[in-house]
Amino acid sequence: MHEFDWSSIPGSLPFLWQGMKVSLEITISAVVFGIVWGTLLALMRLSAIGPLAWLAAGYVNLFRAVPLVMVLLWFFLIVPHLLESLFDLPRGADVRLISAITGFALFEAAYYSEIIRAGIQSVPKGQMAAASALGMTYAQAMRLVVLPQAFRNMVPLLLTQGIILFQDTSLVYVSALADFFGAAYKVGDRDGRLVEMLLFAGAIYFVLCLGASRIVRHYQNKLKTA
Amino acid sequence: MFRLTRPLAVATMLSAAMFSASAIGQEPTGTLKKIKDSGVISLGHRESSIPFSYTDDKQQVIGYSHELMLKAVEAVKAELKLAKLDVKLIPVTSQNRIPLVQNGTVDIECGSTTNNTERQRQVSFSNSIFIIGTRLMTRKDSGINDFPELVGKNVVTTAGTTSERLLRKMNEEKQMKMNIISAKDHGESFLTLETGRAVAFMMDDALLYGEMAKAKRPSDWVVVGTPQSYEAYGCMMRKDDPAFKKVVDNALAKVMTSGEVEKIYEKWFLQPIPPKGLNLNFPLSTAVRNLYKSPNDKAFE
Amino acid sequence: MAYNWHWGVFLQPTATGDGATYLDWMIQGLKMTVALSLSAWLIALVIGAVIGVLRTVPGVWLSAIATAYVEFFRNIPLLVQLFLWYFVVPELLPESLGTAFKQTHPVLQQFLASMVCLALFTSARVAEQVRSGINSLPPGQKNAGLALGFTLAQTYRYVMLPMAVRLIVPPLTSEFLNIFKNSAVCSTIGLLELAAQGRQLVDYTAQPYESFIAVTVAYLLINVVVMFGMRWVEGRVRVPGYIGGK
Repeated sequence: MHEFDWSSIPGSLPFLWQGMKVSLEITISAVVFGIVWGTLLALMRLSAIGPLAWLAAGYVNLFRAVPLVMVLLWFFLIVPHLLESLFDLPRGADVRLISAITGFALFEAAYYSEIIRAGIQSVPKGQMAAASALGMTYAQAMRLVVLPQAFRNMVPLLLTQGIILFQDTSLVYVSALADFFGAAYKVGDRDGRLVEMLLFAGAIYFVLCLGASRIVRHYQNKLKTA
Repeated sequence: MFRLTRPLAVATMLSAAMFSASAIGQEPTGTLKKIKDSGVISLGHRESSIPFSYTDDKQQVIGYSHELMLKAVEAVKAELKLAKLDVKLIPVTSQNRIPLVQNGTVDIECGSTTNNTERQRQVSFSNSIFIIGTRLMTRKDSGINDFPELVGKNVVTTAGTTSERLLRKMNEEKQMKMNIISAKDHGESFLTLETGRAVAFMMDDALLYGEMAKAKRPSDWVVVGTPQSYEAYGCMMRKDDPAFKKVVDNALAKVMTSGEVEKIYEKWFLQPIPPKGLNLNFPLSTAVRNLYKSPNDKAFE
Repeated sequence: MAYNWHWGVFLQPTATGDGATYLDWMIQGLKMTVALSLSAWLIALVIGAVIGVLRTVPGVWLSAIATAYVEFFRNIPLLVQLFLWYFVVPELLPESLGTAFKQTHPVLQQFLASMVCLALFTSARVAEQVRSGINSLPPGQKNAGLALGFTLAQTYRYVMLPMAVRLIVPPLTSEFLNIFKNSAVCSTIGLLELAAQGRQLVDYTAQPYESFIAVTVAYLLINVVVMFGMRWVEGRVRVPGYIGGK
């Protein structure tokens, strides 16, 4: 039977809190940027302009085909140095946080665009037809009729994807950036208390994510009754 | 340098010539130039490589290798005659340390990196800072005393280490029918041993002593076996930068031959260390003693 | 950048003397990734479908249990779950059972723990897709089924599920792609799948970029195959009358 020793936790709380801030910062920036860029991608993909649709599909499929870890690794090790040599920037800046946010945002946009596309497609065709019949242009119909309905249906999925993203921030370990999970892991490894630190981290994630998904649920129910 | 006004440039050259024998008549090049121009040196460090390079509860980087690296930084500062040299600390992992040295994010990395010929293709190594032997950790009552007794057993080692390589080779060559488990890091390797999935954990002896000190009951464990290899830890720097390497090598050699290093050794290997007051109790080996007597940058193998 | 490219590294015999080349290692890793992901996916589909349906049925207890299941597996990071399955669960089992598990071949232990972990993790997500598929159906469909004299089970079986399944194929494609990528996490407990073999290549040869690129390309290949397969399925099941339909 495993013996537990939780003594590593109190001393490491400030470090864990730093890590939590990194996790939240990455999550929030990636969700905001991801939804904006994802919506554009979804619209491009559904548009009647061939090259646009083709480009968006290529982007989405590429990012969906590569594991997030690999994307982060590319954005950490290779992209910054390409940019540095292209724009003659000073070398060796600490790009860990910015590269993580960029990698996450571009990656998540691909997922958001799929959710949003499915949301748009779930709106019955008649809505579009009705809007056109009222004399709206395609853009007006999208903005005023289709997108509001689609987003309404999609909000729970979008937020749920945000919760998944929050859990995935642990993958930033590739750049030795300490998010909450990474901080807990490092302390556990250093003190030989991995199991305890990971159980602790798991419990915190569970409480936060459960809380967040309850809020999503509440919102969902409100939508239904509205 | 052409942006400097002429008198200033001359003064710089003069002072360089006057105070530094190695810089007579030439401006620093490569990494030294980069450090001089920016006034910043980037150090790569590990985060949980006890007691070589790790962070304490206040997130200060500490450890045996780190202390030696700071000696090298002092030497660089003196060499370049800088009144002020900013130190930038960049945490690295065993996965990204080589690319980060190569692409200029990190100027020098001292942690627990083995100097070997594959890595010499990509980076250059300083004078060695430590020598380890690869041995076994096992439960005191396991009855295992050396490698031949591992026939048919489950043995754990950490992925990507020389131990993994040696263990696999031994298994092939001597037909030992061991089941080799490669865990992601030393902490997980020890967990595999502790939960009874493996009877022994093969690794660098210094790291085994580190894991043993971290265990819930250190006295349950013992390090045994004839060392299967010796390995030299060194600091990594960019390849083909002899001027920078020379400054670092000289600094390390001075610390070793002056006897200063023995106090540093004692501090990290024979006394309680932060954050939890663990004591590794790892006596100075003959190999390390010999290194201190005659510092060199040779890889074993 | 001062990097020495060396693509020939893949054809070199490995340093362990096992007679394989590094390319063989990568192929073994690829096979392991595919075997692990497919077996976990099948289990996830079955469990996810059951749990997803249970979440929409009127019974309070059934849907509460299903909800708890989903919340548990969805709100803890995969890596933590993997740790629990591999390191903690065997310690909590009755001692004889735990020891028996730990005495089996290490690769079998790693594979089983990884498969169970990935399957349950993914099943919670599949369940959510199934539920949202069912919930997105107009309530009239269920009422019409019941009005025709179908039992609730029959309404699910003949009216709602056939429709819901067609609606959730696109989001399920995402989950299917995810399981391959999520399987990379299993290298943490020492399972030699694709990502782990890639890492091994870095460790043994000090050629990180060749390895990153090879691993990225291998995942791309897997995903291209899956995407084409799923696109075909998507095309077959598209529902006429919806914007996505033809």
